[in-house]
Amino acid sequence: MTGQDAPGRGGPLIEVRGLRVDYGLGPDAVNAVIDADLTLAAGAVLGLAGESGSGKSTLAYAMTRLLRAPGIITGGQVLLHGGAGPAGEENAAAAGEPTPLAGTVDLLAADEGQLRELRWSRIAVVMQSAMHALNPVVTIGAQLTDVLQAHKLKMDRTDRRARAASLLEMVGISADNLRRYPHQLSGGMRQRVMIAMALALEPAVVIMDEPTTALDVVTQREILTELAALQRDLSFAVLFITHDLSLLVELADSIAVMYAGRLLEQAAAADLYRAPRHPYTLGLLRSFPPLHGARKPLTGIPGSPADLRTPPPGCPFHPRCGYAMDVCRTEMPAAFRPGRGGGRSAACWLHDGTHEVPAELAVPGPGSRSPGAVTGARTWAEAGTGTKAGTATEAGTGTEAMAGAKPAAPPEPAAAAAAARVLAAAAQPGEAAAAPDATGTRP
Amino acid sequence: MMAPAGHGSLDGAGAASVVASRPALLEAREVTKYFPAGRRGAVVHAVDGVSLALPAGRITAIVGESGSGKSTLARLFARLLQPTSGQLLLDGQAAPAGRGGRRRNAQQVQMVLQDPFASLNPVHDVRYHLTRPLKVHGAGPAASLDESLAALLERVALTPPERFLGKYPHELSGGQRQRVAIARALAVRPRVLLADEPVSMLDVSIRLGILNLLAGLRENEGMTILYITHDIASARYLADEIAVMYAGRLVESAPAISVTDRPAHPYTQLLLSAAPDPDRPEPVELSDRGSVPSLLTPPPGCRFHPRCPHAMEVCSQLPPPPAEVAPGHVSACWLHAPERPAGAAAPPERRPDGSPTQLADDPSHQQGRQTRPALRHLPFSRPRHGQSKEAGDEPAGH
Repeated sequence: MTGQDAPGRGGPLIEVRGLRVDYGLGPDAVNAVIDADLTLAAGAVLGLAGESGSGKSTLAYAMTRLLRAPGIITGGQVLLHGGAGPAGEENAAAAGEPTPLAGTVDLLAADEGQLRELRWSRIAVVMQSAMHALNPVVTIGAQLTDVLQAHKLKMDRTDRRARAASLLEMVGISADNLRRYPHQLSGGMRQRVMIAMALALEPAVVIMDEPTTALDVVTQREILTELAALQRDLSFAVLFITHDLSLLVELADSIAVMYAGRLLEQAAAADLYRAPRHPYTLGLLRSFPPLHGARKPLTGIPGSPADLRTPPPGCPFHPRCGYAMDVCRTEMPAAFRPGRGGGRSAACWLHDGTHEVPAELAVPGPGSRSPGAVTGARTWAEAGTGTKAGTATEAGTGTEAMAGAKPAAPPEPAAAAAAARVLAAAAQPGEAAAAPDATGTRP
Repeated sequence: MMAPAGHGSLDGAGAASVVASRPALLEAREVTKYFPAGRRGAVVHAVDGVSLALPAGRITAIVGESGSGKSTLARLFARLLQPTSGQLLLDGQAAPAGRGGRRRNAQQVQMVLQDPFASLNPVHDVRYHLTRPLKVHGAGPAASLDESLAALLERVALTPPERFLGKYPHELSGGQRQRVAIARALAVRPRVLLADEPVSMLDVSIRLGILNLLAGLRENEGMTILYITHDIASARYLADEIAVMYAGRLVESAPAISVTDRPAHPYTQLLLSAAPDPDRPEPVELSDRGSVPSLLTPPPGCRFHPRCPHAMEVCSQLPPPPAEVAPGHVSACWLHAPERPAGAAAPPERRPDGSPTQLADDPSHQQGRQTRPALRHLPFSRPRHGQSKEAGDEPAGH
């Protein structure tokens, strides 16, 4: 799942291979992350989507070695490739310091000294709750200069102050706020301060754990717009963790979907949205009511998210999956590469090559016509290009089962009928011609 | 099976006229709620002169950001709070004061709270949670209690009931907990449900289950529902009518599809442009930045004017009157006011809105669109990066 999975602007910057994380020891251990393979390309935005308890934050903390007991990393590698993007080089050149630890480092094997050098300068983290991540009794200015003081020994006090001021202005806050305390700032401003802090040493990658979840929608949009501009200018890579898949489709280059500790699907953002391959992704996409088009009943996903303490055997999604087969109940599928998708993977038995894939999970993606054209050329801010027509979601049978119950049949009788309707409004003629009945479900 | 069976029939069914002809079951008239803050007589203007009617058998959504007063309004409706001024009418009658009045109100109007992890008592099982309201509000004979409990759980699709009655909140998933909370509200056989952000704490994949449950209650039992949310897309999905609140005032109200497809008020337009939308053809260019103003010292005139890209002189002087921009579609904005006071600027250039958000299957609104200013496309300036954005982004502390 490494390598070509990450469409973006550079080579792989961080490669996660076979990462496993447990909480607790022995037979009671909870497998929070299971065999995660993930590649973050330099300068790209990788979205990690999942519901609460899916292990997405655990994955991020393990990657950065910030995981605390009882969390234990039980296997895998996290390779941080050196040489870095332009951000790292400029940073090193400007400061007159050699690039620390050029070459490839396995973060899971790195010692404390190495980690201390890499943190902030190569990898920065923005936490979800800016209220709790900022020290309430220290001014914004002191917290910003602290980072510089620790990492840039040659910088003097005035320079640090000036740099802190320019960092704040970079994220749209006036430098007057340097003397303020966190409680004097609004939630959006606090989150901006967190982002400014993360960018203080111009890292090659910023990991953001639900950075905008606690914010109002307008503030969230402001910060995301700013982040996109900063990311364009400074070309750092972003791992963006959120439960809001509809947001990720707009801002990420590629998206990984996580469920019950496993990465179930990875694809370029447009591919994932227009042509999901995994039933869970399809269900998630159908859980967001659209802002346009006719209103239609949506079903979400029946049942409740899997409990990691008692994970179901086989594929963790099978109790909620409308396509579940016998093999799903006993064996976890490998990450198959559905044909023609180009650089995508789906851990679902439907895509092992021996099963007939339901039409709604075999829609040709926008990337399949010209792989790279969509993924490579697109910038973050352009995410979500494509059709405007119709609604992205379609009704199922409406069977809503509670936890443990299973829908009897794939919930898709309405798809065919909807195809004609949506086709009329479909805006992607290429796709419409290629797979008329499939386009209905995913215009 | 809780999917809204007749959901499709809501669309473009002349909702405005239906609303007008339906009697309001619950109504707020010029309701104001100020909370004292500090010692110097300062007050938080949480809700200011809001008039809103909940028509019987329909779902009305209130959409707004945090601090817009939407939850306060729900608490006023539930009579958990007394309004500072204004009237709250149930069936056209002013609600009686005092304990007895509140209890009578509670038999008709019940609330479902946001966080099912906090709104259920962790030391009591489901049976207790549902038995209490049945007993307090006078259920039938004890023999029928079990039947009532089973019926309640079946209404919220927690079946088989006997599997859930003995469970404690921690044994239930978030979605199941919220269903218990809804069943508890239904126990007193209310006519109105006030659902305050009922799905915002739940996982994405189970939110629709709860929304469909509410839609089913309206569809099958004619329940009147007030749905409070910050997520305008879910309001569009569930509600018949959407009312948008900003800084304690109602700025726009209309049939749900009208609000999202043809927003009239600049704030609604801002809200919609900020909402996540995977189908968006181009990057978002926000028409404004900043946050909800201080409710201690709200701006004079229109509360949105400091952030509004179309603000005129009059906007900072007088609060805009509600004006009907299309049948059933009301916007409180000077741009839409039929008569502006002397000296006010002329409305911006009018041109047809070619926005792709337009509904192809709803011709009833086409005419209105041509004659209204298409605010979304008006030019405006936006501060660049590196400039101070203090003006809009007020510090929160006071």
